[in-house]
Amino acid sequence: MINIVWAIVFVLVAPLIGGLIAGIDRKITAHMQGRVGPSIFQPFWDVGKLFEKENAVVNETQIFYAICYVVFMAFTGAIFFAGGNLLLVIFALTLAQIFLVLGAYAANSPYSYVGAERELLQIMAYEPMVILAAVGLYVATKSFNVSDIAATTVPVILLVPGIFLGFIYVLTIKLRKSPFDISTSHHAHQEIVKGVTTEFSGPSLAWIEITHWYETVLLLGFVFLFFAFSPLLGIAAVIIVYLLEILIDNTNARVKWQLAVKSSWLIALVVGVVNLAALYFLNGGVS
Amino acid sequence: MQLTQLLIFLILFPLIAAFFLLIAKKDLERDWIVRLSALVIGVASVYLLITTFDKGAVLISFIPAAEAGVVMFGLEMLIAVFILYLGITYKKWHVVALILVQSALMLYFELFYAHGVHVESNLFIDEFSNIMAMIIGIIGSLICVYSLGYMKFFHESHKEMPDKRPWFFAVLFLFLSAMFGLVFSNNLLWVYFFWEVTTLCSFLLIGYTKTPEATNNAFSALWMNLLGGIAFTVAILWLAIYGGGVMGLSDLLTTGKAIALIPAALIGFAGLTKAAQLPFSSWLVGAMVAPTPVSALLHSSTMVKAGVYIIVRFAPIFQSTFTGYLIAMIGALTFLIASGIAISQSNAKRVLAYSTIANLGLIVACAGIGTYEAVWAAILLIVFHAISKSLLFLATGTVEHRIKSREIDDMNGLIVRTPKIAAMMVIGIAGMFLAPFGMLISKWAAIQAFIDAPFGFLFVIILAFGSAMTVFFWTKWMGKILSVTSDSKNIEGEVDKSEWTALTALAGLSFITTLVFPLISVKLVDPFLLATTGHATSFTLDNIIIMMLMLFLIVLLPLSIMIPHRKHRHVSPYMGGRTTTQDLRFSGSLGVQKKTVLSSYYLHPYFGEAKLRPVGIWLCSALIVIMLLATVAKGVIL
Amino acid sequence: MTYMAKSPWIIHYDASSCNGCDIEVLACLTPMYDVERFGIINTGNPKHADIFVITGSVNEQNKEIVKNLYDQIPRPNVVVAVGICACSGGVFRECYNVSGGIDKVIPVDVYVPGCACRPESIIDGIVTALGILEKKRTKMVLDADKKEHRHAGLHPEHIKQTGGAQ
Repeated sequence: MINIVWAIVFVLVAPLIGGLIAGIDRKITAHMQGRVGPSIFQPFWDVGKLFEKENAVVNETQIFYAICYVVFMAFTGAIFFAGGNLLLVIFALTLAQIFLVLGAYAANSPYSYVGAERELLQIMAYEPMVILAAVGLYVATKSFNVSDIAATTVPVILLVPGIFLGFIYVLTIKLRKSPFDISTSHHAHQEIVKGVTTEFSGPSLAWIEITHWYETVLLLGFVFLFFAFSPLLGIAAVIIVYLLEILIDNTNARVKWQLAVKSSWLIALVVGVVNLAALYFLNGGVS
Repeated sequence: MQLTQLLIFLILFPLIAAFFLLIAKKDLERDWIVRLSALVIGVASVYLLITTFDKGAVLISFIPAAEAGVVMFGLEMLIAVFILYLGITYKKWHVVALILVQSALMLYFELFYAHGVHVESNLFIDEFSNIMAMIIGIIGSLICVYSLGYMKFFHESHKEMPDKRPWFFAVLFLFLSAMFGLVFSNNLLWVYFFWEVTTLCSFLLIGYTKTPEATNNAFSALWMNLLGGIAFTVAILWLAIYGGGVMGLSDLLTTGKAIALIPAALIGFAGLTKAAQLPFSSWLVGAMVAPTPVSALLHSSTMVKAGVYIIVRFAPIFQSTFTGYLIAMIGALTFLIASGIAISQSNAKRVLAYSTIANLGLIVACAGIGTYEAVWAAILLIVFHAISKSLLFLATGTVEHRIKSREIDDMNGLIVRTPKIAAMMVIGIAGMFLAPFGMLISKWAAIQAFIDAPFGFLFVIILAFGSAMTVFFWTKWMGKILSVTSDSKNIEGEVDKSEWTALTALAGLSFITTLVFPLISVKLVDPFLLATTGHATSFTLDNIIIMMLMLFLIVLLPLSIMIPHRKHRHVSPYMGGRTTTQDLRFSGSLGVQKKTVLSSYYLHPYFGEAKLRPVGIWLCSALIVIMLLATVAKGVIL
Repeated sequence: MTYMAKSPWIIHYDASSCNGCDIEVLACLTPMYDVERFGIINTGNPKHADIFVITGSVNEQNKEIVKNLYDQIPRPNVVVAVGICACSGGVFRECYNVSGGIDKVIPVDVYVPGCACRPESIIDGIVTALGILEKKRTKMVLDADKKEHRHAGLHPEHIKQTGGAQ
């Protein structure tokens, strides 16, 4: 069942949580690099500053795409936290990301163009695994609804460990962390300047930043679902996974897109077939 | 109007229109005949729907059945002679061989077994036929109207091509007649007849321009479809000899898998060739040389749907059988490989062709699985794909006339150069893969259906990968169209009224069908499923509300651009600091003006046709052989 | 209070520098000086930047580029000329191919002399720039307000009068 209260809570509170996570991310990264790093509230100050800047655009449509990006991302997260259908969440997420890509295309500039193409390659890389993750959750709990999966007592992680690991692998791509930050990187320069976000500035860029916060909370919620049968374990898992991502980010160099796509697909194929086949036969040939 | 008369009217009226189109020499006469006929056909299809949608399956006995049968056989032989003549003239010996075999089989049947076959009701109408009739009647008619403007422009700009428009439009309407006949026929002999007529129409229309390439591709389409036709005749013969002479579709579906499986497999094979599944995909890609209305009508929204239509009809037979499973696997692999190849194509029509093949593969996969959820997904896929793909083909045709190119890389900035047509294209592309539009809903249902099927996880994995590929090549194209090249000139000019009518109608249909799909599901598809499989689906209200919200947002947000606001400061795009114009002209070294050309990733080394197609051909050929052998073996054992 | 001073993003451009000052700028980002603790990020993209950090002097080749980059930086922005070459042309001031400091092309807000200037001076220059950035932001908001009132048919003088009259 859909719980509209949770949806509203998500829309209002998730940016705060997401921003905090981003700030903690930067602090931990800094310490890993032997630095002091910024305050954990830095992302909020960044967004605040961006809203104070003038919105210099290449053309007016960019602002529209940035707004669509944040609206649909918020919508996606709202569906997820309201307990909606997981597949619908994934499709809505794709829709939101398409808007960012279209915004990059709309600017008709070389760097954002290449960034857009590479963003599409990223999407193509992780999409199979994300769908298979949802399918794995369904096979384990017999439901696609987040509300059912969150309330389950089935030890999901024991049934779909392979799929969980595959999901963590593509999580690196989705969180735009090295080695898979092919299309735009948060911290560093890119071979393609800022890739997808090159031609956005001021308030539009602020909205994109806030959308990333929404997305982070959504993705961590997805990770939580694998451990929903024991909420404490779930929170611990989320923290450990995110720390792992930060570690991977700091210890790896960016790879070529071919390696990103091929490895994601190979892993998705292997864990998908093995895990789902195992579950299929364990259930006696019935899904 | 009585139901029988209405059905006969829908089959025969386009023929009358075809006759008048053949003799109308003036453009104005042709315009009027086409528009009027299209309107009549459209209204009649809707009227049919309104009067029969809640009646379930209605079987109709056609009184002069034996005479009709004789006429059909006569026409079949005539067509065979015609094809034989053409095959010999153009020295296409494989076509000659195939048509000889096919005619021999049909002759053998007609002489020795036809008298022993008696079908009670030759025509019928049910919810599925109604849906197909709507597609033929509305989308088909719209495309015929579009052709008026398109062919006028086509011949004005290609003065060297012989102007055979009377004949062109006549064949278009002949085709519509045959399609109506196909979906209303209960007698398999009649289905076969109309099937062959559509093969003929496709052959004639592909070769319209009479260039060597067109002629070759026309014969290519012909021999592959003839192969399917032979399978069809073998099925008919088998039914006559071993199947107790059961020739009615409704009867066959109720006799059960013991008798029906072998004919189902053979007719399924015929469906695979007509729907251009691997290994028979090359004819559809080659058919893209034909004028765009042909591609839109025959090779995406209607004729190829006949192939999947017949496979979906046999879905209850295919369910839970090895045969059905293999057919589903052929469809799924076609979906995967065709989607991959589409990434590497830079010609817009080829992308559309491979996308069509891929989506037909998905429908075949659902039909092969055959559970009620899968068939629900299949039928909805048929509906939404027909609308979106025809919209895309028509828009591509109109754009091609303006930019003189079919290459996607030349479509950069179309939203500025041809705003209205570009908007139509974007709606079409969005309708193909984005939530909350119909194709996405169907794909969603397909995932759900696959999971619950035996060994379903294999299909889900294939679907997941194929779906990811479709996101890539569709968004690539959409991005190109939506690039804002502020310096470009608007070259839209006056879009011919007939073209504009078709485009806007189809765009509107995209939205409307997405909006009312719950209604379609409840009123049409579910009763059909209940009658044929004993189950019906349910889409929860929550999900429907969410999707309506998304649709609402998608419609509302673009309108927000129109809200007057303070204009922002415009700056140039970033080119490493070089001053650049809006169309990316910058001063390079030594002050030389350079132009930037942005081209998409086509990933040839990984997704090229040369790489992926052989894999598909070998895999699917093997699967077809195994499927036919296994079916026969099982049939013999039984 | 604005957020400008809390999150200054810089774009660093080498006009014609010998790279000496550039290396010192990059040194500021290293753990030794770690300017990221002030929220400073070196974005390579003018559209994301607030502070334009330039080294090297202006010549015919980079005149247009410097102007172009400056145009692309959204307002409010500040320019910090790092190194004596950027300030005035340095030892190359008299050369035939050098036009002079950056202020020949764009308005400079902070001059940081030195050859090469130390990271401490650079950081000092950036911090000064932050104050100027805040002032510019406040001015920008006031200007926008004035424009709105002018559109509404009111003049700031009127407001003061009525306010004073009461």
